[in-house]
Amino acid sequence: MNLGAWVRSVSAKFLHGETAAAEIDAELREHLALRADDLERSGMSRADAERTARIEFGGVERFRDDSYEALGGNSLDTLLQDARFSLRVLRKSPGFVVAAVVTLALAIGANAVVFGILNALVLRPLPVPNPKTLWAVENFDSYPNYIDLRDRNRSFESLAAWKMVFTAMDTGNDPESVWAYAASGNYFDVLGLKPSLGRLFHPSDERGANSAPYVVLIWSYWHSRFHEDPGVLGRTVLLGKQPFTIIGVAPRGFGGTLIFGSPQFIIPIVNQEQVDGDDLLHARGNVQGIFEMLGHLKPGVTQAQAAADLNGINAYLEKTYPKEVPSHDYTPHHPGLYVFGTPAKAFLAGLMLLAGLILLAACANLGSLFAARAADRGREVALRLALGSSRRRIVRQLLTEAALVSLAGGAVGLATSILLLKRLSVWQPFPSAPIQIPVTPDAKVYLAAIALALISGVLFGIVPVRQIMHSNPYEVVKTSATGRATRRLTLRDVLLTLQIAICGVLVTASLVAVRGLVRSLHSHYGFEPRNAMIVDVDLSGGGYKGDRALEMQKRLVLAMQATPGIQAAGMATSYPPLIYAAATQTHIFREDAQDFRTENAAAAPFRYDVSPGYLAAAQTALLAGRDLSWHDDAAAPRVVIVNQTLARKLFGSAAGAVGRSLKLQDGSRVEIVGVVEDGKYFSVTEDQESAVFLPYLQSPARATDLVVRSNRDPQQEIRAIRSTARQLDAGLPVSVDSYNSFLGVALFPGRVATVALGIMGLMGGVLSITGIFGMAAYSVSRRLRELGIRMALGAQRREVLEAALGRAVKLLGIGSAAGLALGILASRVLASIVYQATPRDPFVLGGVVLIMTFLGLIATWIPAQRALAIDPLVLLREE
Amino acid sequence: MPEQAQILPGTLDLLILKAVSLGPLHGYGVLLRIGQISGQALLIEQGALYPALFRLVRQGLLTASWGTSENNRKAKFYELTATGRKRLREETEGWNRLATAIASALATRAEEV
Repeated sequence: MNLGAWVRSVSAKFLHGETAAAEIDAELREHLALRADDLERSGMSRADAERTARIEFGGVERFRDDSYEALGGNSLDTLLQDARFSLRVLRKSPGFVVAAVVTLALAIGANAVVFGILNALVLRPLPVPNPKTLWAVENFDSYPNYIDLRDRNRSFESLAAWKMVFTAMDTGNDPESVWAYAASGNYFDVLGLKPSLGRLFHPSDERGANSAPYVVLIWSYWHSRFHEDPGVLGRTVLLGKQPFTIIGVAPRGFGGTLIFGSPQFIIPIVNQEQVDGDDLLHARGNVQGIFEMLGHLKPGVTQAQAAADLNGINAYLEKTYPKEVPSHDYTPHHPGLYVFGTPAKAFLAGLMLLAGLILLAACANLGSLFAARAADRGREVALRLALGSSRRRIVRQLLTEAALVSLAGGAVGLATSILLLKRLSVWQPFPSAPIQIPVTPDAKVYLAAIALALISGVLFGIVPVRQIMHSNPYEVVKTSATGRATRRLTLRDVLLTLQIAICGVLVTASLVAVRGLVRSLHSHYGFEPRNAMIVDVDLSGGGYKGDRALEMQKRLVLAMQATPGIQAAGMATSYPPLIYAAATQTHIFREDAQDFRTENAAAAPFRYDVSPGYLAAAQTALLAGRDLSWHDDAAAPRVVIVNQTLARKLFGSAAGAVGRSLKLQDGSRVEIVGVVEDGKYFSVTEDQESAVFLPYLQSPARATDLVVRSNRDPQQEIRAIRSTARQLDAGLPVSVDSYNSFLGVALFPGRVATVALGIMGLMGGVLSITGIFGMAAYSVSRRLRELGIRMALGAQRREVLEAALGRAVKLLGIGSAAGLALGILASRVLASIVYQATPRDPFVLGGVVLIMTFLGLIATWIPAQRALAIDPLVLLREE
Repeated sequence: MPEQAQILPGTLDLLILKAVSLGPLHGYGVLLRIGQISGQALLIEQGALYPALFRLVRQGLLTASWGTSENNRKAKFYELTATGRKRLREETEGWNRLATAIASALATRAEEV
């Protein structure tokens, strides 16, 4: 085809609009007139001549169609014509249109929401240049280790690192708790960022410890706290009561390298001691020094090569500093989702699959609806075929109808999903942690929704096509288009069974999730979160360092214990179990061990450094021996309390462990003075792990989390705690929250999974009801005559119902069974996320059967009533 | 009337080009001219004529303009473009080659194989 000519004709179409169509008609008229003239000249009458001319010409309709097509610019015209006609047709059956649009909107909306989340969390790259070559390793590491890795590696262009700091910022107005990154000097250079105001810091600013008291604000914080005031440059602020200078603002849109939470500013890591209180720059053994290391890979270096490189360097460091450097297994990944990347991706992929299934079910639903309508319009189609329209034209018009419905459904679904996504992105699931899920929709989501709408339109639009292509117009016109019940399996039956099976899968999956969640809420944690508060005390923010901090910690615990109404109080110098998935593991060795390399460790328990009273406050039962006491301090012999798993593993029983000894990785010997019950430490779904509780006085640290137990009303308890803390030091930043709300973080994935699956199950249920209802109603209405005859011949109610609904119910049964089986298989996948998801639970099986039966009853209720209410006389009379 | 042969698909375009090359014509005129130059031996389906004409216009081989016919009626006249003339020449050569080849194949006698 000549492109130039085609473009010319299309533009001519646009410029001259209707005239082209009119021209064709005019030309045709002239042709017929000329032919008639000739015939007239050969002796016919004018009327006969004109008639003959027309007959000779052949099908005028087809001529018009073919001419339109030959003109080229007509495809748009035909499309508009089809669209106008389809709108007219659809307007005549509003109920059908509404049902179809709503069904599709639900399905597409679900897909759009899931895809929006997937897009924001997994697909959207970080707002830095060249994100594809940026890789991160996420192990906790120490700062001196990082320096070695940075200098010795051959895989990265440059390696940057950062850690989180929580402190208080005082700008002179009022101090507020903030969290920030402390990053290496080359952080901004490695990421390739330019400041939006002022300057960023560079390696040249690092001249030793505490040499760079600079602050680079994150743009959103500059916007919210300082109202985009350019005068902040050069201003001095106090961080942990130490002066820092604001030197610049990071580029807009950059919020650190973690997707679900952005810091408020970034300071150089060389100054971390001032905000952390502990010197981490020289502590090779302290793996809290670095949270994440990241950098661009050199061109040509693969991820596997980089991993091998880093592991090799770490092996060398292990050998050189055996007591301080634990073994690491570096697996580089793209920064953003931290350790939650893999499970999040798996879960989202699973959700997308389920949402896709829902869309498929909706398409099956709509497909059978459209097929039913097409069968109803059999007469109209037959007439059009007989009058000369091509089958292709009719099919095109039907597809346009389907496309209109699907676009409408897609638009509604997309609009709803956008609302949901926007709400989701400002939601803070944990009020105590600055975590958000930034899922604002972008162009990809819109495109995906439109694409899905069009694809679904095609899917359910082609269902009636086969019917049309094979229908014989003369047959249909002669007889009335009644459907007889056949024993053959029709396409509609298959579609309905498919829908029900999908619903079965969804219902099974959601029941499994719900059951698992219920179980997890009642499982045994090894401590009692009810009636317990976690009090986070920011000692470094309050200016306490060294021995003053130790003393303050003891005073806090004793003061809390003495407060009226408080039953028990204790302290841990790290997060208590199950909080923020932040448990630390350590290596322990047998008492006769000489070689403290990690591979010789007897066990790798979770480690908690606690005060006396902690066990009582957490209600962790003591099985043998004694609790820690204030006499177990730095001057006394070192002691430890272990959990039952560790005691059994090393010494055979709880009682047998008391009095025995162990060695820590630094070589020091500790005596076991007590054994406590087992519990959960890192995640709710973990296998039973071992744990040790060391007295904090023998390994001091500044982080302070008090566990306070009381039977009082929570509000009163919080007030009492705050006033006790204030009495000790009014300027001490203290935050209090219930243990249960912190547990919310640990249970969050399971809860999210349950909610999501529950919603999907619900949608599947709704779709099934509409599907079964549609089929049952249609089958009853088609067979009114037959049913009437049966009743007139004396059929009982039961027999009539069986005739009318038998097929639908049979399909319901088959579909449910298939869905249940598939759902059980699929639930294995769920088990990794939803705690204790056992698909073969009788509760689940029984529940699914019950729910599907219930759905079937609801759906067939109205058609059944209609079938029973048939008055055979009335029916047979009207024909 | 001599035996009328069904026109092979694809040759309609060629015949139209040839007809129009002898002078600008309107649609009905093309029909008559083809009958004339083929000695009434070719049967053209009237309804297929106009789509073919429009197609040729779209391909840039013909141009169309409104004018007045012999009986003083308004009619659309088609005439060849330069490209059309070239295409006609090419197609005619191609057709002659094809016809010669087929004719010689059909004239083969048993001994010549």
